[in-house]
Amino acid sequence: MKAFLMHKTRDLDLEEQVPANEPELTQDLELNTLYEAMALGDKVVFEVAKHTLLTGLTDRAEILYRQTVLRDCLNNSAAVRELYDIAAQAIEDEKKHYWGFGSKYPSSILRRAVDLLEMFMASLKRLRNVAEQHTGAFASDGFATLFTMLRRELSDEYFAIVQSHLNRLAFRDGVLASATLGTGNKGTGYVLRKPLERKQSWAERMFAGKPPAFTLYIHPRDEGGARALSEMRDRGINLVADALAQSTDHILNFFSMLRTELAFYIGCVNLHERLAKKGEPICFPVPLEHIDRRHSFRALYDICLSLSMEQRVVGNDLTADNKDFVMITGANRGGKSTFLRSIGLSQLMMQSGMFVPAESFCANICDGVFTHYKREEDAAMESGKLDEELGRMSGIIDNMTANPMLLFNESFAATNEREGSEIARQIVCALLERRVKIFFVTHLYELAHGFFDRNLENAIFLRAERQADRKRTFKLIEGEPLQTSYGEDLYARIFGADASGAPCSPPA
Amino acid sequence: MTFHSILFRTAEDRAKEDVREAPDHFADLNLDQIIDAITAGKEEYDLKPFFYAPSRDTETVAYRHDVMRDLEGPALRERIESFAQQMRGMRGHLSHASKRRHRFEKARWFLDAVDLYCDAVSRLDRDLFAADVKAQGFLAFREYLSAYARSDRFTSLMAHTKTLKRELSSVTYCVLMRDNSVTVRRCESESDYSTDVLATFAKFKQGAVKGYAVDFSDLPDINHIEAKVLDFVAQLYPEIFLELGAYCNENGDYADGVLTAFDREVQFYLSYLDYVSTFKRAGLPICYPGSSNESKDVHANDSFDFALAHKLLAAGTPVVCNDFFLKGKERIIIVSGPNQGGKTTFARTFGQLHYLAALGCPVAGRDAQLWLSDRIFTHFEKEESLDNLRGKLEDDLVRIHQTLQSATSDSVIIMNEMFTSTTASDASALAKRVMERIIRLDALCVFVTFIDELASMSEKTVSMVSTVAPENPAVRTYKVIRMRADGLAYAISIAEKYRLTYERLKERLGP
Repeated sequence: MKAFLMHKTRDLDLEEQVPANEPELTQDLELNTLYEAMALGDKVVFEVAKHTLLTGLTDRAEILYRQTVLRDCLNNSAAVRELYDIAAQAIEDEKKHYWGFGSKYPSSILRRAVDLLEMFMASLKRLRNVAEQHTGAFASDGFATLFTMLRRELSDEYFAIVQSHLNRLAFRDGVLASATLGTGNKGTGYVLRKPLERKQSWAERMFAGKPPAFTLYIHPRDEGGARALSEMRDRGINLVADALAQSTDHILNFFSMLRTELAFYIGCVNLHERLAKKGEPICFPVPLEHIDRRHSFRALYDICLSLSMEQRVVGNDLTADNKDFVMITGANRGGKSTFLRSIGLSQLMMQSGMFVPAESFCANICDGVFTHYKREEDAAMESGKLDEELGRMSGIIDNMTANPMLLFNESFAATNEREGSEIARQIVCALLERRVKIFFVTHLYELAHGFFDRNLENAIFLRAERQADRKRTFKLIEGEPLQTSYGEDLYARIFGADASGAPCSPPA
Repeated sequence: MTFHSILFRTAEDRAKEDVREAPDHFADLNLDQIIDAITAGKEEYDLKPFFYAPSRDTETVAYRHDVMRDLEGPALRERIESFAQQMRGMRGHLSHASKRRHRFEKARWFLDAVDLYCDAVSRLDRDLFAADVKAQGFLAFREYLSAYARSDRFTSLMAHTKTLKRELSSVTYCVLMRDNSVTVRRCESESDYSTDVLATFAKFKQGAVKGYAVDFSDLPDINHIEAKVLDFVAQLYPEIFLELGAYCNENGDYADGVLTAFDREVQFYLSYLDYVSTFKRAGLPICYPGSSNESKDVHANDSFDFALAHKLLAAGTPVVCNDFFLKGKERIIIVSGPNQGGKTTFARTFGQLHYLAALGCPVAGRDAQLWLSDRIFTHFEKEESLDNLRGKLEDDLVRIHQTLQSATSDSVIIMNEMFTSTTASDASALAKRVMERIIRLDALCVFVTFIDELASMSEKTVSMVSTVAPENPAVRTYKVIRMRADGLAYAISIAEKYRLTYERLKERLGP
């Protein structure tokens, strides 16, 4: 029995390798803020959300499959939460209520398995009832398949069969087992047998005659005998106890699977509710094939920034079709880093099948998102800062996939502008020739303007906007790179208006 | 070609076998450690007497070399080992049978023991037929085995055993266990209930899960309830159990004495090969030495002390190999040089080589030619003993006197640091007297001593010197080199460093 909510034809595989640059991604895009908002304290949701975002889908159809399942979840959040809670509760009960299976006695193993099964059957019935109640309200293929399966496999007849097994396993008529002779003629190979159901008539029984049978009665005071008999019983039920205990594990794994498959959607529902409360927009993104070059959106905002503050945050618009290279320059604290993060986050969210924080969003698929951000100087670092930066860059190249997206944030600024620009230029040029999609935030004027002057068709230049009154809008506009980043403004704001001199004028 | 034994070429040889005491020199030469290591884990075969009985007979030595060489082929070796394993299993079953009370339980252990024996014999017969054996010992054994395996006695034993095993394995019965009773009857067509259960829940399966079956195999013996059940089963199948009783009465002495002797004796070779294989794996050379009881020309190249190498390999320390030769009139090696330089080890190696060669075994070294002595005498320093109330010097003299009384020109004498408890001039004078006796005896001798003038006493004596590393004389090389005892060891080791010694130059210049 499979749920197939995350993939159309397979389970979600939590063992799948997350990308090697997971620590950088997590730090640079502040992914933990997102996971926490999705999980709301549920560790399973946290883990599954994390895994899902880090191992994004690269197939359009798969992304759209998840989107339809997710739409169902947003529309029927109560029912989805109920399913999730039933699975989670069954797993918790198994852990809490029962001592372990480590027993040396098959009779104890069997008893525990019977108890567990009775509990699991109650949970399975509840699952089936939810499926029955809500079948009509769900529209996605994923849920249609799941509900059909639950109703088919968990019929009343099935529960009756299970109950008859549980009754039989109480062994009210004794344990009947077959055996053969093993080493030293000791009984071995015990197999529990199902007693024949006697359907003979009275007359047949009279004439059939009884096969020879020998019975030993154990004296009530023969304690050794009683022990030996119970050991023999244990041998008799060993295999069936094994079978039943394994069955409980199978059912437990079924619940685990179901919880894992639902956990991601629970995370999305949680996140959706939080954003809806603030009035932040969301939309289902339109993914395009990786060979396309599209990046167009309206009101894309940094979801992690929004999650960490009360008020709504400023969104950006962009139309970057047929562009491989987006270079962002402009005012300090003008929203460049926030913009870059929103690019990375929305890409990961889109490819995990989630909605994205925007009014509309369309982008081509990438098979890897890599970040190269300026780092704080590390006291323990043996190599210099540029060494460290280049080392990380080299690591990215080592792990680079076929169609990646690279986000640079003030990279290669650890040396003078000329050298930094030259290093960056060479790297960017090489990457562009491989059609790597690049977003590059920089203060390196030489670098930015150098590319601008080349009039590349596949490049677009964005600038953090500054209005005449020196207020920042946190909006980015398309425009030529300027030679100052308005650090003066910041200085002026901090030191007061008196301290400011005349701002540098942009080059003509 | 009559087969006597895989160890002894003739019936007379075997008669000398049963030596229970280790030779006197065992501890001095560390042969006790070597033989302990070889026989460790094989106590059930009682192999030590074989290792206490060296031979002077070159034919016996050759007989064993041939067998050993055959056994070095991995195919034959595996076959013999699986035979040994089955025979060990058989003995285990027999000993279990003797400890159990219930007659049908005993009988089954016995039946299974005989079954293992039959399998072991017929399999070995088949295996040896296909094996490429060249040794006279194996050829004769193969012939013997082949005849035995086809004898009426064996074939009928085997047929009877297999039939009975088959019948017993066909026995199935049903037990109905209630709180205070157990009923035994034949089975009808009751179905396996576990498969029903598994099938019912199979739909939930997501992947493999662990097993919960309890292992009852640690309780191989039957308890009194099972004994009763077994009696009931015997009543359900009376013919089979009558047959089983009769079988035990008839076949009490089923095993063939020659085969059981082979099983024990072949372990001499296997245990020895096991022991030397650790050296071979470490890249140390092992060879079949030439041996003689006529010519006293002896030599060994790249030889080493087995006992020491065994320890060093375990500790991951490299092993130093040494060479020696005596030819023509040379009989006596005088070993001198710095302390802790490997002198005693060299002397022990010399003794070990001669002893192990006389057992018909391969020895340490790239190649070797050794003397089959009538006896090996050792004279190593002893702790002062309160028992004999003699002084150390006196004790030295008493012991060497005894040795010289018993030694013949066919003996090997190994002396280590004699006369250390007197003045240098005294020691020198006494040592010269002893040396004169040995020179006259014409026995082979290694004498470790600080009295280096002994080396030039006669044309029968040669000098060997332990060496140190030139860059740091405190570092020992453990190399003992044949050279004049005039303090040139230091210069030699410098040459060694620049790879200008004879050996190194040979290597560098190539053939």
